[in-house]
Amino acid sequence: MKVQRKTLSLAEKLYLPAIFKGLKITLRHMFKKKATMQYPEEHWVVPEGYRGAPYLVRDQHGRTKCVSCQLCEFVCPPKAIKITPPGPQVNPNVGNVEKEPKEFEIDMLRCIFCGYCQEVCPEEAIFLMQDYSLTGESRKEMVYDKEKLLALGGVHNDPIEKWKRKEMEAREQGVG
Amino acid sequence: MTNVTAERQEKSAVETVSVWIDGQAYDVPKTMPHPVSGEQVGTTMIQACHMHGIDVPYYCYHPKLPVAGNCRMCLVEFGTPALGPDRQPLYNEDGSPQIRKSPRPVIACATPISPGMAIYTQTPEAKQMRESVLEFLLINHPLDCPICDQAGECKLQEYAVDYGKADSRFVEQKVHKPKQVDLGPRIMLDDERCILCSRCIRFTRDIAGDDALGFADRGSYSILTNYPGKPFDNNYTLNTADICPVGALTSKDFRFQMRVWFLKETKSVCTSCGTGCNIMIGSRNDRIYRYTPRENDAVNSCWMCDYGRLNYKWINREDRLREVQQRRDGAPAKTNWSVALKEVAERIESSPSGSIGVVASARLTNEELYLVRRLVQDKDAITDSVPRMGEADHLLVDADKNPNTNGAHATGIAAKKVGADIATIADRIRQGKIKTLLVFGEDVTKHGIEADLLKELDTLVVSDILPNATTERADYLLPGCAHAEKRGTFTNAKGRVQKFMKAIEGPGDARPEWEFLHELVQRKTHDGGSANLPALFNEMAEQVPAFHGLSWGELKDTGAQASL
Repeated sequence: MKVQRKTLSLAEKLYLPAIFKGLKITLRHMFKKKATMQYPEEHWVVPEGYRGAPYLVRDQHGRTKCVSCQLCEFVCPPKAIKITPPGPQVNPNVGNVEKEPKEFEIDMLRCIFCGYCQEVCPEEAIFLMQDYSLTGESRKEMVYDKEKLLALGGVHNDPIEKWKRKEMEAREQGVG
Repeated sequence: MTNVTAERQEKSAVETVSVWIDGQAYDVPKTMPHPVSGEQVGTTMIQACHMHGIDVPYYCYHPKLPVAGNCRMCLVEFGTPALGPDRQPLYNEDGSPQIRKSPRPVIACATPISPGMAIYTQTPEAKQMRESVLEFLLINHPLDCPICDQAGECKLQEYAVDYGKADSRFVEQKVHKPKQVDLGPRIMLDDERCILCSRCIRFTRDIAGDDALGFADRGSYSILTNYPGKPFDNNYTLNTADICPVGALTSKDFRFQMRVWFLKETKSVCTSCGTGCNIMIGSRNDRIYRYTPRENDAVNSCWMCDYGRLNYKWINREDRLREVQQRRDGAPAKTNWSVALKEVAERIESSPSGSIGVVASARLTNEELYLVRRLVQDKDAITDSVPRMGEADHLLVDADKNPNTNGAHATGIAAKKVGADIATIADRIRQGKIKTLLVFGEDVTKHGIEADLLKELDTLVVSDILPNATTERADYLLPGCAHAEKRGTFTNAKGRVQKFMKAIEGPGDARPEWEFLHELVQRKTHDGGSANLPALFNEMAEQVPAFHGLSWGELKDTGAQASL
């Protein structure tokens, strides 16, 4: 097929009107409010419900909420989560919860911030928080271990306290 | 057995009755053997349904255990043929028999069938009964799923999906019972999770023959318990963790190790004794987490012993042999497979007849023993295995602790009495007649060929899995693979040839023995035969009389009998 090329008018051939048109737009924006931000000096206000990096939380009594059920590891689409279960040694400090991960690693280079881990967690132990800019000098450094995840995650107030309530009930009934 | 009883059994085996299940007629045997005594007893509804692939949910019923009938999950509706005043069956207009439906449901696990009986498993009433039973069971169930090892293979979870309600109507406090109860050295009990089905009690009483468990404190606080002061410690305790439909009985070994849905299941065979119990290997990322028994009525039914089940940890040991080594100037040095195999083949080829001795473990597979035999057959070599006799028990454990003694016999590696020729090999080394010794999977210094004697040899070729006094003295060290790391077959103490599959990769440079043996035979004779395992098995079946008529494909999952 032959494409008919439009013949340009004199104004178009002159080229200058288009330049001035562009400059006009630039000039108008110079007096408007800036659309860009001076990152990293300036930081964005992260909105509520934003899906940033997933971190582990402790409850208000300092208990690691994760019980190492490994559902997040199972559901994680990019396989970023790796949990080492505690093994058969009974830890006397965990009480009726019985289980707590020995190690919990999230490879932040693999994580796609989808939020499935938070959604699947039966213990409300992992949350996607507001961090969006994670940096490190090596791949190894980008694998966050349990201590780091708990430190970054902080405390999540647990109004239900399922395990504690169970323990209280059991004690009332004279068991355990 | 007298002719009369044989005839009677023959007769009862073919006698069938017709029953209607969900509107369709099926033929089922009138009687079936009792799971414990073996006597012919009336076929139950649940057996009839399961025989034809019709699902009836259950907790306390188990095909290999006596019936208890206490969970009530298998409630079904049923009817019997309607009879007229003349005691003759009545028929509908379309010619089908009229059924008089019973006003009450029955438990399918304990109700025997009768001719013309109609069983309804899918009526709204039957479903509602299941929902109600489940609701009762869940009233006091602790919902420990996130911390319960049974999660993922829990009948309570499964049926809760099928028949459970989304919300609980129960507003009262749940009954709490003891958790983390130490029942014995290998079993941990959580009484809260127990649904009191009594499978474990029946297993240990009727199958294991150790009446160790029972229910105590009848009522709301009913608990499972062992006899006071007597730990639950027979050699079959871990089977109760398998048959526990919920997470009440759990294995201490597997406790909090890995969630079951991550485990890759590989069909395999236990190697701890000559019985060769069929097992499932649960592994993840090249690490074995557990063995569980796999049903094979010709060998182990649904069970296996605790010793065999826990005898897997050596496979993941840190000190596994990973390198091919060759002794240079008196010290072992790393080499590679092609160099080592080339030189070993040359040394065997250049050895004069009668100067080779072979000790090949009866823990090697049939195929490997066959290849060992082929490797030295023109050299008039003396071959033998190491005997490993122990104690047998009343159920599964065999006195022979080698998994493949019959394979060693069949392939001609070991004579009638295993280990009888080891002394001859030792003598001939002493006399200087045997100059080359090939050792596969045994520490010969513990079995009659002392370490000093090994110094007399020109060449000592050793293949093994773990380091020992023999591997330390090897001129050529070839790292081998555990059964979980390769495919192959064993011939058990009763002559059943059973195959097993590969679950995990071997460590480092380790290779399955049959692979490098095949290469050695190929290098030595320029006719290595089949280079893949199924074909190798079929080739062996043609060459070895005991295995005539067998083929890899026809072994299926449960094996076939060899003609020993």
